[in-house]
Amino acid sequence: MTRVAIAGVAESDLGAVAEGTTPVDLMAQASLRALADAGIAAPEVDGLFAASTQLPMATLNLGEYLRIAPRYSDATQVGGSSFVAHLQHARAAISAGLCEVALIAYGSTQRLVGRAGASVQEIDPYEKPYAPMLPVSAYALAAARHMHEFGTTREQLAEVAVAARAWAALNPKAFKRDPLSIADVLGAPMVSDPLGVRDCCLVTDGGGAAVVTSLERARAARTAPVALLGAGEAHSHRHISSMPDLTRTAAVDSGRRAFEAAGLGPSDVDVLELYDAFTITPLLFLEDLGFCAKGEGGAFVEGGRIAPGGEVALNTNGGGLSYCHPGMYGLLLIVEAVRQLRGEAGERQVAGAEVALVHGNGGVLSSQCTAILGTEATLR
Amino acid sequence: MVSKTNIPSRGYDCHMDESPAARFAAFWNEGRLAYQWDSATGSAVFYPRVGEGLEWRVSGGAGTVYATTVLRRRDEEPANLALIDLDEGFRMMSRVEGIAPEAVAIGMRVRVRAGGEAPVFEPAA
Repeated sequence: MTRVAIAGVAESDLGAVAEGTTPVDLMAQASLRALADAGIAAPEVDGLFAASTQLPMATLNLGEYLRIAPRYSDATQVGGSSFVAHLQHARAAISAGLCEVALIAYGSTQRLVGRAGASVQEIDPYEKPYAPMLPVSAYALAAARHMHEFGTTREQLAEVAVAARAWAALNPKAFKRDPLSIADVLGAPMVSDPLGVRDCCLVTDGGGAAVVTSLERARAARTAPVALLGAGEAHSHRHISSMPDLTRTAAVDSGRRAFEAAGLGPSDVDVLELYDAFTITPLLFLEDLGFCAKGEGGAFVEGGRIAPGGEVALNTNGGGLSYCHPGMYGLLLIVEAVRQLRGEAGERQVAGAEVALVHGNGGVLSSQCTAILGTEATLR
Repeated sequence: MVSKTNIPSRGYDCHMDESPAARFAAFWNEGRLAYQWDSATGSAVFYPRVGEGLEWRVSGGAGTVYATTVLRRRDEEPANLALIDLDEGFRMMSRVEGIAPEAVAIGMRVRVRAGGEAPVFEPAA
């Protein structure tokens, strides 16, 4: 396959956006910023990739708004992992000669319009009678199971939220930057046991975009290219009641595929951006991606190990827990990884970061997509 | 009218007279918790679906709590939500009633409770 790179990235307005803003406004705003970041003009885009719970035909909206008539269009919707999947799909499309400049975009106004209106849950006859609070209850069931099988504690889960907040304090764009302690997390109101409100991601507006093109073309862009070294996709179910094993996600497969494609392993990764919809998710992904053994995720994060200054740089923007979570957060993982690899992350910059792992989660632990990104120096 | 089990589930190759969900509900209205059996793989299937070689069967109603949570909606009484592993080898979402929602524990033996709109469970005696 053709080697490809990310030539530009951007966030849209984040947090609480102006009254009347539409998800397409945010998608387009981020797209224009990402194209400016790359130094590539909008008319050069010939491949569109987009998804939004508010826009079932997201690439059509994006093309119309930006007045781009693409020759390739991919609105793959696998929840929050969609945009990591789009990276892989963009590489495939570019390799096949179906497009040259791929624009991946996302926008959500879920805070403005309300979560119920922004993310319509499909009605399932076998789950509806029990009124699960989705998605949180699905993740709560997985957390309960992880605690039962491996002795994981609520304190260990709280470490994830506390570390995210400490990273967010270093990120001027983060939505929540005030101090947060383990006691604060444990004392917060319960939502769906064992998860309390501080174990849950934010509910914000926001969007983002990334421009992907051949490595050769990205080298001519305004900023240093960030290469896609490898990617992998996997999904195992749609409903939590159909997940084969609640403590083992399809990240086992997506991660293996991504590492194999990159010819790298966990010890090569300098920065990890793991989808943190709830405090349990980074624990599961650390285990499933091979950063620690199954069941050891809780111990792995103890003692501030994933907080700034810790041994492992994880969710360096503050994550979905403290920076921004517009509903399908995956695109913002890519934005942060690229900034870290370009050395543009300011106070939260991880020194000498050359390889980043981005892991997107979609649905209720359903879809798992992993991408490994690297600087020019990592290309062999 | 549902009266027999071991009726092959059709629908993939002919017009369905009854949807899988309607048949499941009809079984339940007779007090029976139905699931399907895939003879090709020798495994239980849930939720019921259209497919080749899927036989309808009736569960004995005994199972074990696989995972549990407490739903805490604003202005509502806390309620249980659980995934139950039935002894026949299938898993379903349900609720354990008859004890406090927080008292439901993983590994607890439960039994389906007759009646009601949908199958719920109670601790096995």
